[in-house]
Amino acid sequence: MRTFNYRRRKLVDQLMRGLSALATGCAVIPLIAIIGYVLTIGSGAMSWSFFTDVYQPPSNAPEATADAPAVAYDPNDPFANLTVEPEAGTTGSTEDVTNVYNASPRGGVLHGILGTLTIAGIGLLFALPIGIFAGIYLSEFRNERFATIVRFCCDVLSGSPSIVAGVTIYVLVVLQTQQFSAVAGSMALAILMIPIVTRTTEEMLKLVPETMREAARGLGAPTWYSTFTVVLPAALPGIVTGVMLAFARGAGETAPLILTVLGSNIISTDIFKPMAALPLLTYRYTESPYPGENTQAWGAAFVLMMLVLLMNILVRVATRKSGGNSR
Amino acid sequence: MAVRISIRTADYDVEGQMAQQSTPPQWSTGKSPLRHGDVPFRAGTVALASAVVLLVFAVAWMLYTSSQEARTAFGWDLLFGSTWNPVETELNPVSFGGWPAVRGTLLSALIALIIAAPLAVAIGIYLAELCPPVLRTPLSFLVELLAAVPSVIYGVWGVFVFVPFFSSAVAEPLSATVGAIVPWFAGPIATGRGLIVTGIILALMILPTIASLTRDVLRLVPNTQREAMLAIGATRWETIWLAVIPYSRAGIIGAIMLGLGRALGETMAATMLVGNTQRISESLFAPATTAASLVANELTNSVSSLHESALISVAFALFGITLFLNFGARLLIWFVERNTRGGRS
Amino acid sequence: MSAVVLQELTPFYGARQAVKPVNMTLASNQITAIIGPSGCGKSTVLRCLNRMHETIPGAYATGTVMLGAQNIYAPDIDPTMIRIKVGMVFQQPVALRTRNVYENVAVGLRLQGLSNRAELDAAVERALRSAVLWDEVKDVLDKPGTALSGGQQQRLSIARALAIEPEVLLLDEPASALDPIATASIEELLMTLKSRLTIVIVTHSMQQAARISDETAVFMVDVGAGQSIGELVEKGDTTQVFTQPNDPRTESYISGRVG
Ligand SMILES: Nc1ncnc2c1ncn2[C@@H]1O[C@H](COP(=O)(O)OP(=O)(O)O)[C@@H](O)[C@H]1O
Ligand SMILES: [Mg+2]
Repeated sequence: MRTFNYRRRKLVDQLMRGLSALATGCAVIPLIAIIGYVLTIGSGAMSWSFFTDVYQPPSNAPEATADAPAVAYDPNDPFANLTVEPEAGTTGSTEDVTNVYNASPRGGVLHGILGTLTIAGIGLLFALPIGIFAGIYLSEFRNERFATIVRFCCDVLSGSPSIVAGVTIYVLVVLQTQQFSAVAGSMALAILMIPIVTRTTEEMLKLVPETMREAARGLGAPTWYSTFTVVLPAALPGIVTGVMLAFARGAGETAPLILTVLGSNIISTDIFKPMAALPLLTYRYTESPYPGENTQAWGAAFVLMMLVLLMNILVRVATRKSGGNSR
Repeated sequence: MAVRISIRTADYDVEGQMAQQSTPPQWSTGKSPLRHGDVPFRAGTVALASAVVLLVFAVAWMLYTSSQEARTAFGWDLLFGSTWNPVETELNPVSFGGWPAVRGTLLSALIALIIAAPLAVAIGIYLAELCPPVLRTPLSFLVELLAAVPSVIYGVWGVFVFVPFFSSAVAEPLSATVGAIVPWFAGPIATGRGLIVTGIILALMILPTIASLTRDVLRLVPNTQREAMLAIGATRWETIWLAVIPYSRAGIIGAIMLGLGRALGETMAATMLVGNTQRISESLFAPATTAASLVANELTNSVSSLHESALISVAFALFGITLFLNFGARLLIWFVERNTRGGRS
Repeated sequence: MSAVVLQELTPFYGARQAVKPVNMTLASNQITAIIGPSGCGKSTVLRCLNRMHETIPGAYATGTVMLGAQNIYAPDIDPTMIRIKVGMVFQQPVALRTRNVYENVAVGLRLQGLSNRAELDAAVERALRSAVLWDEVKDVLDKPGTALSGGQQQRLSIARALAIEPEVLLLDEPASALDPIATASIEELLMTLKSRLTIVIVTHSMQQAARISDETAVFMVDVGAGQSIGELVEKGDTTQVFTQPNDPRTESYISGRVG
């Protein structure tokens, strides 16, 4: 009674296994290509001044026109010396990147690097207390009904598009104060960081064995004492990795910053004023009509990617070492 | 992306930790003020946890009230009206019809999903089930790393590398031949930016997300299910197709929904690649716009409070739909996990 | 029905050899029990008999296993073909989650391309009857397999294995997750099946081995040079192994446990 379709089954098996390997190859190649392009072209934009200098207007920019007046730098108007504010989508080079006409970049992105560290750093300051304490609440009082609500809200925050965080801070802060500012950007980033910090803290605290809490309780220690002296220190390495991931996520975000910090061409130390940021520079230089600035875009992308990838790799290496026996 | 991290519990010798406190600690003496720390402790954590809840309410409330003006003026036209014209001209009155943006969002996300979903599920299957053990860790690592690459970098690569390549290698030949008959592929190819390149780059961005989530849900399938299939003479593929995938179906759909949510809400890659025009063209090669890029481009330069309110309505809609998708997806994944933990086999 | 002959069978996990080369014959139409302390390689050897062992990443085996006239480790042999002839039941009862009771049994036949409903119905009923489950489930064939009790799920697993009419049935501690009543029904079932099949059962319960098996193989762990390795120390008629063991290690093992 065995109608034996052995050959066909073997063939299907081999075909489908081959296809899924092929699919993996096909998908991984362009993704690696992206990293490869950024690393090679971006590193080509590297020079000493790239890290030590700030924005310089293109050397052989077209002559000043009514649209693009060449103005001297005015500290009250950080964008005055940006010769042209390109209209998104209509400019930007679609030519081959190897066309190096006017391609030699001038100036650097120091202001962007400092700005990103500042904005994301302050964002983390906003996010940490909320995230860590909410995480402690979710872990140590995990069965309360309110915990479910908090967890749900975290999921809402982490799932909503980053532009929504930008719109929120734009309306609630920028419009209210009539001022784009680095702090506003930090607040927008904090909205995106909070769910990451909260959920990692929760997960890490939950991994601390119950026996440790019981041992502390057995000695009569109050919950708060055992949490701060026993549970939290035990989970600290894991929480730190979560914080690093949150920082990396915030540092790479662009859309919320467009609506909140605006950008700047100089190193700004006033966090209540617009500030530069690497992702913003990457975006604006990409849309720039000047090939020199397009090259800078690759350079800024390179630095940004290094920052984000290094954070992620560090986290992996740290967790791999400690999580080796996790299966 | 959440990461699975575990703590090496062996590092924390419970006995040792506690032994340090062999002298009676002060709280054990009964009336120590330390005893009363638990009330403020709980209150403090609750307060900061409430901040998370408040934040969500603040976002929702802000989106709701700030969009009110436009919503009362235009109603559903904000999403389905076909003309978006913030500035009055002789020919065109002011009008905020978001259909070009809604259409662009849906189409680009759809293109992304059609490309990414099957590929990503295949990658998830490969990583979880078929990959040689030596490749598994580095490949999984790579995929998770790619999920962390900022979207503006995908945008840079798209603008400088992919768009020129795609225009000359695909769009131009296709529009010159098929384009005459099929309006979707009609020329001319001007800047090369448009829905299809946006969709493809979005696909690349959501691939790692869907793939690593798929791998995670497949890993949750108990090995007993696989062995039961193998033991009756099933091939590897039959085991995957007939036991592993049906088992984790809900989780895979959840992973795809999360990817879709990300594609719908993605701002930077779309802003840089879609061309940003309110004109609706049938051709997928022509410039278009998306909801997120419309908001990013116009909100800071809005010309009137009505304009601003209309843009916030668009953001509101975006928030609503991603909320819905995420909620559905998490429900599905949660369902799978609960089944897996509670199940007997 | 054919006997199964192991010649110098040596299972490995990666570089680590799990069991010393095994030589023994498992007679047809008999129940052979494999007993021994935990970690001595019972499951490993059993899984070599239908080439399930190598589905674990890095695992492989050397030597030969003759099934009738066929060496199942010959290079041109496809393991899936062997698993059709040599069925297996695991320690943990398995109901395929997304399938109902009927499909849980029919799945092996469907794999082989059988789609005629009447034939399937007949085969499923036959398998369920052989597994002494038919009367309990004949009215709930369209219910999920996972809805059955543990003992029923284990008999469902046996039915699934029997449906494709194997020549040999391997069972790895099939009753260890079950209560005594379910255990008794499985044991009874095996006794009736041996007229049709060669049965090999791994068990940690010496009473169970003594109750149902015709022959018994005893494995031990040899802890030498820091590396523990499994070893077949004795194989023979069950009564003889339990009453007059040849090997002193068997003797102490049995007396230690049965006492
Ligand atoms: N998946 C595996 N990978 C590596 N070693 C294994 C694996 N399964 C079992 N072993 C090793 O093989 C030896 C025999 O195990 P097993 O056959 O399961 O013993 P038993 O079934 O007799 O308890 C043990 O030392 C065990 O550590
Ligand atoms: Mg075993």
